[in-house]
Amino acid sequence: MTISHHVSDALLLDYASGTLEESWSIAVATHLALCPPCRQRLSAMEDIGGAFIDRLDPEAGSESEDASWLAVRSAVLSAPEAPATTPKSPARDDSAATVPEPLRSYLGVDYDKLKWRPLGLGAYHYPIPTGDKSISTRLLRIPAGKPVPEHGHGGRELTLVLRGSFRDGDDLFGAGDLEEADEHLEHQPIATEEEDCICLAVTDSPLKFRSRIVSLLQPLLGI
Amino acid sequence: MGVDIAIAYVDHKSVPSKPGARTRTMTSEPPTNRAQGPDLDLETALAAVATKRDVAAFEKVFRFYGPRVRAFMMKRAADHAEAEELMQETMTKVWKQAALFDPEKGTASGWIFTIARNVRIDAVRKTRRPEYDPNDPALSPAPEIAADDALELNQNAERLNAAMTKLPPEQLELLQLSFFEDIPHGQIAERLSLPLGTVKSRIRLAFAKLRDTLGDEQ
Ligand SMILES: [Zn+2]
Repeated sequence: MTISHHVSDALLLDYASGTLEESWSIAVATHLALCPPCRQRLSAMEDIGGAFIDRLDPEAGSESEDASWLAVRSAVLSAPEAPATTPKSPARDDSAATVPEPLRSYLGVDYDKLKWRPLGLGAYHYPIPTGDKSISTRLLRIPAGKPVPEHGHGGRELTLVLRGSFRDGDDLFGAGDLEEADEHLEHQPIATEEEDCICLAVTDSPLKFRSRIVSLLQPLLGI
Repeated sequence: MGVDIAIAYVDHKSVPSKPGARTRTMTSEPPTNRAQGPDLDLETALAAVATKRDVAAFEKVFRFYGPRVRAFMMKRAADHAEAEELMQETMTKVWKQAALFDPEKGTASGWIFTIARNVRIDAVRKTRRPEYDPNDPALSPAPEIAADDALELNQNAERLNAAMTKLPPEQLELLQLSFFEDIPHGQIAERLSLPLGTVKSRIRLAFAKLRDTLGDEQ
C-alpha cells in the first residue's frame, strides 16, 4: 500500500495531545494502522509531550511526596501481578480481519456484510454511531466512476479511503490515503473507474442533500 | 550508577510487604530535579521495574515523574485531591505496564506522557480515544529498524530537549497549550485571537524545525 496523503501536523498534534474527539480519532487512528511513517510521527509527538512533562515544576514539598509514594507503593505491592502484555486481539471469526482497528470494532463485520443504506444513484452509506452528536461518521460506498452524491461543506471533513480510490481535482486518493478538507476547500471527489470506492467520511458540517424532501426527512431517517 | 541505586535501596528490598507496617526511613537519594531531560538512569530504572519488578527502581521513577504528572493533572483537574488521585492512578499503571515500554520506540517520558494523557481523557474528558491495535493482523507492519538507528532513537530525549529550546517562543507556546491545557488547535486559535491558518502554519513550522534540528545532529 503506497500512501501519499497523510495526517497533517495540526491534526496529529490534537490526536497526540488527547484533544481530538472520538469521531475524528477513528479516521486518524485507522490511518495510523495503515501507515507506519505516521505512527513514527505520532511517537515523536508523544515524546515531545514527555519533554514538556520533564520541564514541569514538581512544586509539592517532600513530605507529601513521601505520603504519595507510600500510597502508590502499597497499591502496586498489593495488586495482583498480571503479565503486562498488550491484550491480544481476540480471535475473531473473522470476516472482519481485513478491516483495521479501531474501525473494525465499530463495524464488527467486513464491509461486504454491512447493512448499507441507499443514498440514490447507486451510492450507499453506513452511519457509525459515536459519542459525538454533532459530528457525522459514516462509511460511503461510491460506484466506480461516480461522484460522491452529497457531502458536507462548510466545516472540517476527513475522508479515509479503505478500498478502491477516488480523484479530487488532480489528486488521486488510494487505500490508506486521508483527505483533510476544511471550509476553504471546494472539492468534488469522484470514484475511479476500476472499482467501487469505500471510504470513511467524518464531518462536522451539516450534510446537504439534493432533495428537499430528503432533507426534511433527514432527522427521521437518521442520516 | 546502577550500582549506586542497588546500594542506596538495598534496605528496601528486605521491607516486609506489609505496607505502612513500620515507619520508613527515606533513602538518602534526593529527588531528581533536572529540568533537562530524562536521564538514562530513569530508563534503566524503568527497565528494572519491567524485568525484575524492582520496587526500589520504581521509587526512583516515581520520585521523578510522580510530582510532574501531578502538575500535569493540575492543569485540568478540579482540585489538588483529584490531581493527586489521577497521578497515583497513572503511576500505578506505569508499574503494571512497565514491560510495554520499548526504548527503541520512544523516550521514557513520552511513554509516561501517553499513560497520563489516557488517564486524563478517561477522568476529565470522559470520551473515547480510538487507537490502533499494535497486534492487529490488518496493521501495516513497520519496516525493521536497523540497530544503528535504534541506538540513535535511544538518545533522542536529550537531543529533543535541546531542539525544543531552540524553537521560537510562539511555536513552543502552541505546543505547550496543546499538551497541557488540553485544547485542540482550533480552540487555541480562538484563545490567542489568531486566525486558524496561522496556528496551523506555526504548528507545521514547529515540527519542521524540530525535524531539521534533530536531523542535523544525527
Ligand atoms: Zn500517514
